[in-house]
Amino acid sequence: MGAFNTIAFDANKCDGCGDCMTACATAKTGTTEISRSRLQIAGNAAEGFELALCRQCGDPKCVTVCPAGALGKDYASGVIDWNGDKCVDCLLCTVGCAYAGIALDEASGRVAKCDMCDGSPACVSACPHDALKLVTTSRIYNEVGDWEDLFAPGLAGCQGCNTELLMRHTLRRVGPDTVLATPPGCVPGMGSVGFNGTTGTKVPVFHPLLTNTAPMLAGVKRHYKRIGREVTALAIAGDGGASDVGFQSLSGAAERNEQILFMVVDNEGYMNTGMQRSSCTPYGAWTSTTPVGQGTGSGGLPSQGKTQDAKNLPLIMVNHRCEYVATASTAYMEDLYDKLDKAIAASKRGFAYLHVYSPCTTGWRFPTDQNMEVARKAVETNFVMLWEYTRAGGLRFTRPVDEPLPVTDYLKAMGRFRHLSEDQISHIQGKVVENLNFVKQMAHRA
Amino acid sequence: METTKYLVVGSSHAALEALTAIRMHDTDGSLTMLTRDAHLPYSPTVLPYVVSGRSAPDTVFLRDEKFFARHQISLRRGTALKALHPARNTAELADGSQIAYEKILLATGASPAIPPIPGIAQVSYHVLRTLDDATKLNAAMKASKQAVVMGAGLVGMHAAENLVKAGAKVTIVEMAKQLTDGYFDATAAALIEKAFTDNGATILTGSRVVKLAPSSAFATPGATITLESGATLEADLLLVATGVRPNMDFLTGEGAAVERDKGILVGERMQTSVPNVFAAGDCAQAKSFYSDTKVMNAILPDAAEQGRIAGMAMAGDPGIKDYPGGIPVNTYHFFGRHAISVGSSKVPEGGEVVTRFDEASGRYLKVIFHEGRLTGIYGVNEFFDAGVMSQLILRRIDLSPVREHFLAEPMKSAREIMSLTWR
Repeated sequence: MGAFNTIAFDANKCDGCGDCMTACATAKTGTTEISRSRLQIAGNAAEGFELALCRQCGDPKCVTVCPAGALGKDYASGVIDWNGDKCVDCLLCTVGCAYAGIALDEASGRVAKCDMCDGSPACVSACPHDALKLVTTSRIYNEVGDWEDLFAPGLAGCQGCNTELLMRHTLRRVGPDTVLATPPGCVPGMGSVGFNGTTGTKVPVFHPLLTNTAPMLAGVKRHYKRIGREVTALAIAGDGGASDVGFQSLSGAAERNEQILFMVVDNEGYMNTGMQRSSCTPYGAWTSTTPVGQGTGSGGLPSQGKTQDAKNLPLIMVNHRCEYVATASTAYMEDLYDKLDKAIAASKRGFAYLHVYSPCTTGWRFPTDQNMEVARKAVETNFVMLWEYTRAGGLRFTRPVDEPLPVTDYLKAMGRFRHLSEDQISHIQGKVVENLNFVKQMAHRA
Repeated sequence: METTKYLVVGSSHAALEALTAIRMHDTDGSLTMLTRDAHLPYSPTVLPYVVSGRSAPDTVFLRDEKFFARHQISLRRGTALKALHPARNTAELADGSQIAYEKILLATGASPAIPPIPGIAQVSYHVLRTLDDATKLNAAMKASKQAVVMGAGLVGMHAAENLVKAGAKVTIVEMAKQLTDGYFDATAAALIEKAFTDNGATILTGSRVVKLAPSSAFATPGATITLESGATLEADLLLVATGVRPNMDFLTGEGAAVERDKGILVGERMQTSVPNVFAAGDCAQAKSFYSDTKVMNAILPDAAEQGRIAGMAMAGDPGIKDYPGGIPVNTYHFFGRHAISVGSSKVPEGGEVVTRFDEASGRYLKVIFHEGRLTGIYGVNEFFDAGVMSQLILRRIDLSPVREHFLAEPMKSAREIMSLTWR
C-alpha cells in the first residue's frame, strides 16, 4: 500500500472566484449551484479564504460512526467511498468528521463528499490561480521505497544529520551500477568507506584525497568507458573539499567536461574535523576557527565570527558551462529528485554538478530535530536559492520565493549566529538581497 | 480452559473500534470477540431503517467473516457473558464455558427498559434493540392499522414515522411534556410534533400509561392501553420504546466488585474500578465534558471514541490520550426534514441563549454561549457540520470575535474557524 494523491489548497493564491465550486457542482450535480459543490470555499478577501473538503483521512471517523456500513476507505485509490444504496441519511458521518468533509446536500437530502473524480478532480482543473493542486503524495516514498538501499544499515552520523538521508536517497536513485568517490569529510566519516575491512556501501567506493577527487573519479570513469562498461561516476564531497583545496582539480574536470556527477554536500565548514571554517562558511558564522568573544581575534582583539562572505561555488560552476548545475535542499526532496534525475542524465554526456545545502546540527548549533526546518528557512528567507542551469536553458529558479521571510528567521534558528550584532545582521540581509539580485540577473539573461 | 489476551464483549461500535485499536498496536496478541447476538456485528442505530424496509437485514453488517480471519480475531456469536470473575481474570459464559483473559472490555451496550406497568407481562409488544427485533417489527408493521408507540425518544419517533408511512394510524404516548425530550428543546420538539401531526399521527405528551391488557379487537394479538387520564387506546401493534438500561447484569457475585452507578463507572482511559477490566459505549458511565460528574452519554460517536480509547489502553498503546469527556450529539431525520443537536441543552450559569426561527421555512437555530464560548447548538432544517461544532466546544474556542458572523452563518463561520485552527 502506498500513499495517495490528494487535493492541496494554497490559501494565498485563492481569490475566492468560486470556479472550483461551480466546476464541482457541474460535475457532480449537473447544476451550477455552488452550494451543492462538495468543496466549499469560505472566508473573505480581507482575512483570507478557507477550504472545507474531505481529507480522505487514513483513519476516517466518518467511517467509524456510520451505522449502515455505507462509508469505507478504498485502499487502492485512498478515496473514502460513499454507498448511496446503503446510506440511511442519518447524518452521523457529519458528526464524525471534524473537517466538514462530508455534509448535507439539501437539494438531494443526502450527504455528499468529494470522490476525487476518479483521479482528475474537476475543481483542480477549473482553478485559474493554481490555488488547488492535485498533489501526488509521497511520490518519492512510493517510487523509491522499493528500490535497494545501497548504503549499509547503521551509519555513524551525528544525531539529526541529514547527510545520511541525502546519501541513501542519492545512491538509491543512481543505482547499483555506480562507482562512488567520497573524499575526506563527513560522508566517509559516517561510514561510506567502511569499517574493519568492509565498505559501507553496496557499490564500489574509494577514498581519494581532498585535492584529487574529481580527476581520480574521471580516470575511473574513463577506464570503465574504455572496457565498455556503463557506470555512473559519482562523487559525494563536502564543501571544504570542493571549494577550498579540491577546487583546482574540480574546476579542471569541469573544464574537460568529464562524464561524472559531482555532488557537494554543503554544510558550510569542515564539520567532520571539528567545525573549522571553509570558504563556503557564511559571514558572521561561528566556527572553531572563527571564534566569538573577547580576546579571541588576532592580537587579542574581540572576534565576532567569520569576517568574510561565503564563496558561491555553484555559480562558479555555472561559469564552467557544465552540462548541468543545480542547487538543492533536503527540505525540498521533490525538487532535489528532479535535479538528481537531470544530473544523472547529464553525467552521461559530461560534467554534472549538484550543490546541496545541508544544515549541520552539530556545527551550526541547533536542536537535532530541526534539520528540515533550518533547511526550509534557508530557502524561505532566500539565504540560499534553488535553481538549475543548463547550457540550452540558462539559469532558472526552480522554487522562487516571492515573499521571503526576514533573514533573522533563519539566523535565529541556530546557535552559530547567536552573537550577531545589528550591523552584522544588516550586512547579511544586504548580502541576501545582493545575491538574489545577482542570480536574478543571470536568470534574466538566460 | 480457553485463554485469550484480549476479550471484547459486545459487537457494536465501541467493541469494533476497540478491535481496531488493539490490532493497530498488537498485531498478533490473541483477541476474542464475544457477543450474545447471533449475527455479525451491526449497529443498533441502523435498525429503524431495517424496520422501514430501507435497509435489507443482510446488508447492514459492519464487518464480515473475512475481517475476523484477516485480523486473527476469534468471533463467538450467540453466547452471552454470564458472570465475571475478576479476581481470577475469567469470564463465565452463558453456555457454561469459561475464558481466561488478560484484559477484558465490557462493551455490552444496553437493552430496552421495560416500564413496570400493570399488565405488561400479559400483552404482546415490540421493542427495538436487536436485528431480530427489527425484522419482527418490520413484518408486523405491514399488517398494522392502528399502532401505539410508548416513548417519544429517537427510537420511538423513528418507528412511529415508519408506521405512519406504512399506513397505520399511530398514537405516540410520552410521559414528558415534549417529545424527543433530552435531545431537542421545546421549539424544535414542536416542529417535530407538527411534522408528525401533519402526517396524521396523534401525539399525547405528558401522558402516562397506567394499565395494559390484551385486546381481542384484532386478528393479531393486540393491546388495550389505559392512560392516566382514564382514556383508552386500542392497538394492533404496541411498541415499547421508553428508553434503555445498560447491560451489566453479569456483574453479580465476584463481578460486583466492578463499581457501577447508572452504568459501569469508568475513568479517563475507560478502566473500571477493577484491574484489567474496561468498559465502553452504552453500558459505560464516563466523564462528562461539562463537569467532573460521570454521565451516561449513549450516542454512537461517543461509543466509538470510548471503544478506541479502551482498546488503546488494553493494548498499551503509548499514543493514547485521555477521554476529554462526552458531549451529547444527535442527528435526526424526520419526514424529509432534519434536526441536529450538538452539546449541552443546559444553559450554564451566566450563559446566553440566542434563538432564530423562521416560521415560513421552518428553520430554527438555537445557540448557547458561555463566556464567549459555544456550549451547545441546535438546528432544525438548519444544516451545520456537527463534527466541526463539536470541536468548537471541545476546544473551548473563543467565538466572541466572530459572534455576529457565527450567528448569521453558523456553518460557514465554523468552517472558517476549523480551517484556520485545526486544518
